[in-house]
Amino acid sequence: MENTQNSSILKKLFGLREASLALIIIAFAALLSFMAPGFLSTYNINTTLIGLSMDGILAVGMTLVLVVGGIDLSVGSVMAFANVLAGMTMVTLGLNIWLSVFISIALSVAIGFSISQFITKIKLSPFITTLSMMSIGRGLAYIITKGSPVSIGEISQTFDFIGGGKTFGIPNPGLILILLVIVMDFLMRNSKTFRKIYYVGSNEEAAKFSGINVNKTKIMVYILCSSLAGFAGILNLARFGVATPTVGTGAELRAIAGAVIGGASLTGGEGTVLGAFLGIILVALVNNALVLLGVSVYWQQLVVGLVLLSAVIIDMKVHGSK
Amino acid sequence: MSKLLEMRGISKSFYGTQALKDVNIQIEPGEIQAVCGENGAGKSTLMNIMTGILQPNEGEIIFEGEKLSNLDPRTAQEKGISIVHQELSLCPEVSVAENIFMGRVPEKRKGMVNFKQMRQEADKVLKRLNLDIDVRQPLGKLGISEQQMVEIAKALSINAKILILDEPTSSLTESESQILFDNLMRLKEEGIAIFFISHRLKEIFKICDSFTVLRDGVHVGDGRVEDVDPDDIVRMMVGRELDQAYPDRTTEVGQNILSVENISRKDEFENISFRVNEKEIVGLFGLIGAGRSEAMQTVFGINQPDSGRITLFGKDITANNTRENIDQGLIYITEDRKEQGLFLDMDLNANVVAADLEQVSQNSLIKKKKVKAIGEKFVEIMNTKYASLDQPVKSLSGGNQQKVLLAKWLAVDPRVLILDEPTRGIDVGAKFEIHTALRELSNNGHAVMFISSELPEILGLSDRILVMHQGKLVGELDADTATEEEVMMYASGRKNDFKN
Repeated sequence: MENTQNSSILKKLFGLREASLALIIIAFAALLSFMAPGFLSTYNINTTLIGLSMDGILAVGMTLVLVVGGIDLSVGSVMAFANVLAGMTMVTLGLNIWLSVFISIALSVAIGFSISQFITKIKLSPFITTLSMMSIGRGLAYIITKGSPVSIGEISQTFDFIGGGKTFGIPNPGLILILLVIVMDFLMRNSKTFRKIYYVGSNEEAAKFSGINVNKTKIMVYILCSSLAGFAGILNLARFGVATPTVGTGAELRAIAGAVIGGASLTGGEGTVLGAFLGIILVALVNNALVLLGVSVYWQQLVVGLVLLSAVIIDMKVHGSK
Repeated sequence: MSKLLEMRGISKSFYGTQALKDVNIQIEPGEIQAVCGENGAGKSTLMNIMTGILQPNEGEIIFEGEKLSNLDPRTAQEKGISIVHQELSLCPEVSVAENIFMGRVPEKRKGMVNFKQMRQEADKVLKRLNLDIDVRQPLGKLGISEQQMVEIAKALSINAKILILDEPTSSLTESESQILFDNLMRLKEEGIAIFFISHRLKEIFKICDSFTVLRDGVHVGDGRVEDVDPDDIVRMMVGRELDQAYPDRTTEVGQNILSVENISRKDEFENISFRVNEKEIVGLFGLIGAGRSEAMQTVFGINQPDSGRITLFGKDITANNTRENIDQGLIYITEDRKEQGLFLDMDLNANVVAADLEQVSQNSLIKKKKVKAIGEKFVEIMNTKYASLDQPVKSLSGGNQQKVLLAKWLAVDPRVLILDEPTRGIDVGAKFEIHTALRELSNNGHAVMFISSELPEILGLSDRILVMHQGKLVGELDADTATEEEVMMYASGRKNDFKN
C-alpha cells in the first residue's frame, strides 16, 4: 500500500538516473575548474579521456553482464591477456600486426564463450566462474611475458594512430568509447535481441516460460563482454606500445563501480550503457580532482570506494531496498 | 466467556489512502474466526496492526483486559500473538529445531548453543501437532505442508495464545489441508484462538466458528458461521449479487485442434493422451504430485517427451521448443506467476509484450509506440486495475497481477490456451472475471484447457473433465453429469477407466 504523490514525482526526477548523474558531473566539473585552473586545459581533458576510455569499454560490457543477472570479474585479466598475446605474437613470432590482433580478439571471444558454457551448461555461478577465469587470464599473461613488460616498438602507423592519434581534435580511444557507447546504448534500448537481456535478468524462469532462449542470451552477453575486454587490451597496446601483463589490474572493480553508479543492479534486470559511461566519467573526475588538488594517488582507491558506497545508498533511498 | 482480544475503532491510512476505517474485531479463547474479504480489503493491514508491525492511526487494542499501546512486533510475540504468513519465512538450509527456536536459541553458558535442550523442546512442540519428524534434518528436506506445521510449531513454542494463519491452505493438497484442520482443532481444544484468513469458503464453513468480513477497509459484517450460508459471505465481500457463479457451458464443440498421444516422461507421467477441441474448455484435475503441470509443460515444449506424439492442427509438434509453439498458437500459462510468469520489477507494458517481441518490432528494433498500444489494449481487455502502464507489476494486487499474466498471453494471439491454476489465491470478483474471459475465448473458437485443484471450479467451468492420478490419466467425465465425489474417486486412485 504505497501511494505517495510527492515521492513519485521525486522518483520520476531521480528515476532519470542518467540526467541526475550528468548534473552531478557538470556541477563537479564546474567546481573543479574553479578550484583547479589546470582542469579545463586541453591537455588535462585529453589525458583524462584517454585514461577512462579503457575502463569505459570494460564498463559497457560489464553493464550487459550485470543486466542479465551475472557478473564478470575476469575483464581486467582478459584485457591483459589480449594485450600481451597480441604484443608477443608480433615480437617473438613476427606475425603481421593485424593477424596478431585478430588472434587476440578471437581468443577473447573463446574465453567469453567458455565462461558462458560453464554458466549455462554446468550451471556454475558467474561469480566463481569468472573469479577463476580472472586468475587464469592473469596467469596466462604472466606466462606469455615471463612477467615483464615487452615493448613492441613502432610497428605500424595505423596501429599507432588508433591508440595515440586524434580525430577532430579528440583522442582516438575516447572517440572509440563514445561511438561504442552510442551504438550499445541504442541497441540496449531498442533492439529486440538486446531487450531480451533485461527480461532474462529480471526473471530468468519467466523468460524461459515466455519462449525466450535464456542460454542463447547469456552466451551472447558473456562473449560480448569478453571481446570488449580483449578489444580494450588491444587499444591499450596501440596506445602505449608495450605488452604489459599487469595492465587492467583492478579494472573489473572500476567497471562494476561505473556500471552500478550508472544504475545497473547487481540482481539483474536494470542498467543502461549511458549510465555506466557517466558512472565511469564520475569516477575518473574524482580521481582527476585528487591529482589536480595534489592529493597522493594512494587515496584514489579509497575515494572510489566511498563514491560507490554513496551512489548505492542514494539509489536504495530513491528506489527502495534492493 | 471473556474476550481474549478486542480491537476497537481501528483506522489506518497510508499517505492519504484509507486502508482501514473504524474496524472492530474480537476473539475468545478457543475460537476459530474467519477473516474474509477480497484482495485489498484490508485484511493484511488489520493483521499487521494486531501483530505490531503497523501502528494504527486511531483505535485501541485490548488484550486479556489490558490496553496495549504502541504495540511492536516483539511485544506482540511475547504477549502470545503470532502469525504464520502465506509465504513461509523460514530458513531451508537450517535444521528444523533451529528454525523453531530462531532468535531464541537455548544457551548452555558463555553463548554456546544447548542443542540437546533445543531438540527436546522442538520434539515436544511438534508432538503437540501429532508430528513425528527428525528435528535435526534441514527444514528444506520437508514438504511444504510439513514446513508449514513447523512454522505453526514455532508460533506455539512462543506460547501463542492467538494464532493468525494467512491463506494457510493455498499450497496444500486436500489431504494435507485435512491434517492442518485436525491440528487446528487440537489447538482449539487447548484454548488457542485462531484467525483464519482464506479465500476458500468451504474451508471456512468446515472449521470456523465465526467470521468477520471486510470490504474496502470497512467492517461490513460478522457473526456465527452457522447463521449464514456461503452466498451471504460472498455478497458481503463483493458488495453485490453474483448473478451466476460460472458462465454457461458450450453449446457446440468445434473441430479438433490439439491432440496428444501417449506421451511419457520418466518419473513424471506415463501414456497421457487427450484431445482439445475448438469452442471447448477442458478441465484437468488431480492432486498435487499427480504430474499435471509436468505433462502440460511438456506439451508446451519446456521439456521434450521421452515418447509419444503431439499434434497441433494435424501437424507434428512433438519436437517443438516453446518459441515455435508460441508462434504456432499454443501457449501455457504458469501456475507460479511470481517465479515463472511475470517480470515483477518491470512495468505493465514490458510484461504484456514479453512473449512476443516480434510483433512490436520492426527491422529487429522495438517500437515504443507499438509496445504501448499492445500493452494498453490487452491490459484493458482483461479489465486490469492499474494507476499507470509504467508502474512495476509488483505494485499490483494478486488478482490484477494474474490479469496482466493473462494479458501477456492473449497478446500473442493464441489458438490453444493451457492454463495452470489460473485463479489460485485471487479474490472472488477477479476469479469470476477470469472465468468469463476464458469462456468468451472458447466461444470465439479457441481451445482452452486448464488445471485446477478446486473441485467447484473444475465442475463449474469445464465442458469436459480429465483426471490424473500418479502420473497417469485415469478418467474422463462429462462436466454436466459429474459430481465432486466422482472426480475425487478418480483423483484418489480408487477408480480408473483406462487401466491397461
